Amino acid sequence: MGFFGYLNKIITKYGVSILLGIRTTLYISLVGTLVGLLIGMIVGGFRAVKLDYTAPSPLKTGKKIIDKILTVYIDIFRGTPMMVQAMFLYYAFLDLIGWSQLTAAVVVISINTGAYMAEIIRSGIQAIDAGQTEAARSLGMSNAQTMWYVILPQAIRNAFPAIGNELIVNIKDSSVLMILSINELMFQTKSIAGSTYRFIETYFLAAMIYFILTKIAAMIMNHIELRINHQLTSIPQSDTSVNIYTTKTKEED
Amino acid sequence: MNEPVVQIKNIHKRFHQNEVLKGVDFSVNEGEVVCLIGKSGSGKSTLLRCINLLEIPDAGEIRVFGENILDVKDVNRYRSQVGMCFQQFNLFDNLNVLENCMLAQQKVLKKSREEAEKTALHYLNKVGMQDFVNRSVRTLSGGQKQRTAIARALCMEPKLMLFDEPTSALDPEMVGEVLTTMKQLADDGQTMIVVTHEMGFAAEVSDRIVFMDEGQIVEDDTPENVFRNPRSERTKAFLKRTNFGTV
Repeated sequence: MGFFGYLNKIITKYGVSILLGIRTTLYISLVGTLVGLLIGMIVGGFRAVKLDYTAPSPLKTGKKIIDKILTVYIDIFRGTPMMVQAMFLYYAFLDLIGWSQLTAAVVVISINTGAYMAEIIRSGIQAIDAGQTEAARSLGMSNAQTMWYVILPQAIRNAFPAIGNELIVNIKDSSVLMILSINELMFQTKSIAGSTYRFIETYFLAAMIYFILTKIAAMIMNHIELRINHQLTSIPQSDTSVNIYTTKTKEED
Repeated sequence: MNEPVVQIKNIHKRFHQNEVLKGVDFSVNEGEVVCLIGKSGSGKSTLLRCINLLEIPDAGEIRVFGENILDVKDVNRYRSQVGMCFQQFNLFDNLNVLENCMLAQQKVLKKSREEAEKTALHYLNKVGMQDFVNRSVRTLSGGQKQRTAIARALCMEPKLMLFDEPTSALDPEMVGEVLTTMKQLADDGQTMIVVTHEMGFAAEVSDRIVFMDEGQIVEDDTPENVFRNPRSERTKAFLKRTNFGTV
């Protein structure tokens, strides 16, 4: 039996557990990216807010302390391997809250992604013209309102390619969470390889599946990105009677 | 006589080594339109920005609507009463024309969606943007953007409007539509302070012209007097360079 023969056999015999692996991998990476994005928005937004000169000093001190803590959080989670974070946190909280490995995996990937997202959002915020903030403040909007309703939506839009990239990274890098013995794709692959001794075929299959998953994710992200840009520059139907000279749809590279 | 809407006493402002305002006294009465003119770097924009606290003066006193705004605790409430239009429009890029005009009404004035929309449509109509309410602001021309920005500020029903070079970033053919809108406001009795390089507009619309140079007010008089009989040599030199006035 040749390479493809074994491949075929593995798929027929272990198809269900591979599908289970795909499901868990997608679950962890999707939830991780979304929760990570939320964490990133809160952390990145909070760090980017500059308090007014009128703010009472306890508030200023409080902000400074929380900023420091958030910096440490970002440093630690970007500066240590997710595999180590997974093992450490899983066992550290096991007795305390008695969580399942799957929960631990989702939490770890979320917090880990959050640290990266916070920096992505922060750079997205920095790219926005200061005039946007000035306009919002001149209308009487508070710091927090300005950040939430004006700056963050634009920062997320600008940072969208980088955010999409995090999803792709998560689909691949969730494989290190196999160390928690959850049935994600890498863990399933390893068990299949272990029982069939067909390492090349099994890992080839896993590579293909990861590639297809990330490719689909990238295509979806591109699609969403184009739509966002299209919405920004297109003219609604009702306005077609008006002479417009800027109707070009922006093409992103 | 009523207290002036804006009364500024001896304000100073420096950015690092650069002293931008060197003791400025200035006041604006209700219903007045005052144009600030002067070359770049003369401090006119900084003076304007001090009035709604986008810049905080280092020394001096600013009284607006009878209260010392440098002591105001609720800066946001104060700012909501002072409209501002910027050179670069600064429309919210993530919102369409209508939403631009509704956001602050809902979040700052806590109006309902319906009320905010009604007010927004009223003012968009006033500036002639009623056909563009659902448009993304990125697709607008410069003149349309600035008119939307004016409507956005008016939606807060401000007692005072500040304009920071509202036509400087516009193509020449769009300056007219914005100035016409501003003239309408002036005719409605809106109190306005306008930093501008449009001498024709200043001469036609303003009740008073204030000429600033090197952080000080050099001339503060009626358009007639400033353009025809300027007292200071610096004003004369400036008007000569801008090819305006009959000196």
